[in-house]
Amino acid sequence: MQGDAHAFRNLILKHSSEDVGKCIQCGKCTAGCPLTFEMEFMPNQILELIRTNQEEKVLRCNTFWFCVSCQTCSVRCPENIDIAKIMNTLRKLNIEKGMKPSPGGVVTFNKVFLDSIRSYGRVYELGMVMKYNLMTGQPLKDASFGPAMFMKRKIALLPHRLKELPLIKTLMAKSRRLME
Amino acid sequence: MTESSHDLNITLLTYTEIESVKGSIGNFEVTIRKKARSVNMSKCTGCGECREKCPQKKIPNEFDLGLGKRTAIYIPFTQAVPNVPVIDRENCIYFTKGKCQVCSKACPTGAIDYEQKDELITEKFGAIVVATGFSMFDSKAYGEYGGGRFKNVISSLHLERMLDSSGPSAGKVVRPSDGKEPHDVVFLQCVGSRDESKGLPYCSRICCMYTAKHALLLKDHNPESQSYVFYIDIRAGGKNYEEFVKRTQKEYGAIYIRGRVSRIYEKGDKMVVCGADTLTGTSVKIEADLVVLATAMIPNPDAAELAQKLHIPYDKYGFYTEVHPKLQPVESVTKGIFLTGPCSFPKDIPDSVAMSGAASVGVCAVLSKDELIVEPKIAWVDDERCTGCLNCVKVCPFDAIETREVDGVQHARVIESLCQGCGNCASTCRVKAVTVRGFTDEQVYAQIEASMGKV
Repeated sequence: MQGDAHAFRNLILKHSSEDVGKCIQCGKCTAGCPLTFEMEFMPNQILELIRTNQEEKVLRCNTFWFCVSCQTCSVRCPENIDIAKIMNTLRKLNIEKGMKPSPGGVVTFNKVFLDSIRSYGRVYELGMVMKYNLMTGQPLKDASFGPAMFMKRKIALLPHRLKELPLIKTLMAKSRRLME
Repeated sequence: MTESSHDLNITLLTYTEIESVKGSIGNFEVTIRKKARSVNMSKCTGCGECREKCPQKKIPNEFDLGLGKRTAIYIPFTQAVPNVPVIDRENCIYFTKGKCQVCSKACPTGAIDYEQKDELITEKFGAIVVATGFSMFDSKAYGEYGGGRFKNVISSLHLERMLDSSGPSAGKVVRPSDGKEPHDVVFLQCVGSRDESKGLPYCSRICCMYTAKHALLLKDHNPESQSYVFYIDIRAGGKNYEEFVKRTQKEYGAIYIRGRVSRIYEKGDKMVVCGADTLTGTSVKIEADLVVLATAMIPNPDAAELAQKLHIPYDKYGFYTEVHPKLQPVESVTKGIFLTGPCSFPKDIPDSVAMSGAASVGVCAVLSKDELIVEPKIAWVDDERCTGCLNCVKVCPFDAIETREVDGVQHARVIESLCQGCGNCASTCRVKAVTVRGFTDEQVYAQIEASMGKV
């Protein structure tokens, strides 16, 4: 470790206003997390890595991509640290710094999902699945489910548009402005 | 306790409460409420006939935390001193319905007295030792641990009562739901303690050791059983403490898992405990028969009320404050009042015993002297300036200002043995009649000038 030994901790503090220095490493976040089986580092380990300034290791791991923001960790943290918020911050930092992309195309999925909302005001399932599979280079992955789901009317061939589409668009533009 | 009850120089006033405390060191005047016991203490021989005959037998026993039952006329536990029962008037059939009096008929010495009333006595004391103990944190605050809904999630004190051979289950550990002996028992440490979100960021200090003791005793009582202990850090600082925890792990096979538990839920007749093992970086699920919560030590619910009666300060939790945490740990800020045991902060038995010894010697030091040496930095009132508004009396936290008449006018006067030199009175006095010795305006200005140059 060289330079400012608290650089990463302070960076997280600046972006999320959460201080990992409060963590007592009790592990309650990890104990309650429903996604730990997929994570490279456990939530409590992420906090420890931030505290010990290991930026590379944290931003290159898959943990925060698997966080589904269920907030169980944040609600139960005895030190009132909003861990879910830290995970969100890590996602943002990962994209900003152009680090290794998410595993399983999480970012791609989020993008495709939001594109669908932007165009139709709601999810157009068929379009979204096809677009996502194309973009992640597996065009025929879910093709076999298609007919059965269509027969059961789970997916439609054509998109439904929401009447209040302009309103949704305004909302999304506003939230983007707030983000920036 | 039994020994002290026989000592001629010790008067035990049990089943009593402090009403008010006046005066100062060497001269406390304490009003004590002797609560109506409904039993004549001088006639009662402690034979226990009344308790056996009492028809009201289904009251949850407070000492056993509701695990056992008691009668309406009862002693709290077998070794209670004095061995004289009390009638619980809220549950007694005679007091609620007007008929019964079985205990009176059963008593061979005629000691039952239904007419007895609370009695107020006022006595003088030279010093006071506060040893009011502590309460246990109520784990109902943890919704994720069941919030009191699960019968098989108990507190360590419940387990302690069950392990007692004269306790509610005669020394056998059983599940409250079905009375079966548990095989897998999970212990959770730091339930309440070290939890900022519950307002208790401190360590309760005793839980590591009693949990190890419980895991050891459990194996001793039932060799088939298996204990799991979820901990954050093992704090075994004390003579032979670390060795004891090691022994529980090595010889008694308790499995220690470093991590907190996030959730407990019921699955059939098992309790599923979802925890973390932070050393391997994995989450852990254990199906347990019984879960034991090591709940935090907290001050008594009426700790603040008693502190106000005694005029002693307390901290944000309600623990009584000592003069100095390292150099004067048993003296309260009010002279002549000593603190022992966990009423001032969580403590284990050796520490409490050591403190009690120190407090006793402190009391002897007060009582053996004819004159009292006090701190010089205390307040005094300039009679020429005092207008008798007596605002200082209202702000004094130690009741150290009395009134006296000077030329027919009420003036304030500082009781030197009580004043602690806090300066509240000096800053309140509008005519600058009160000064704290050593902190006169001239002296403070001189200090500022010495450090900052001429101002």
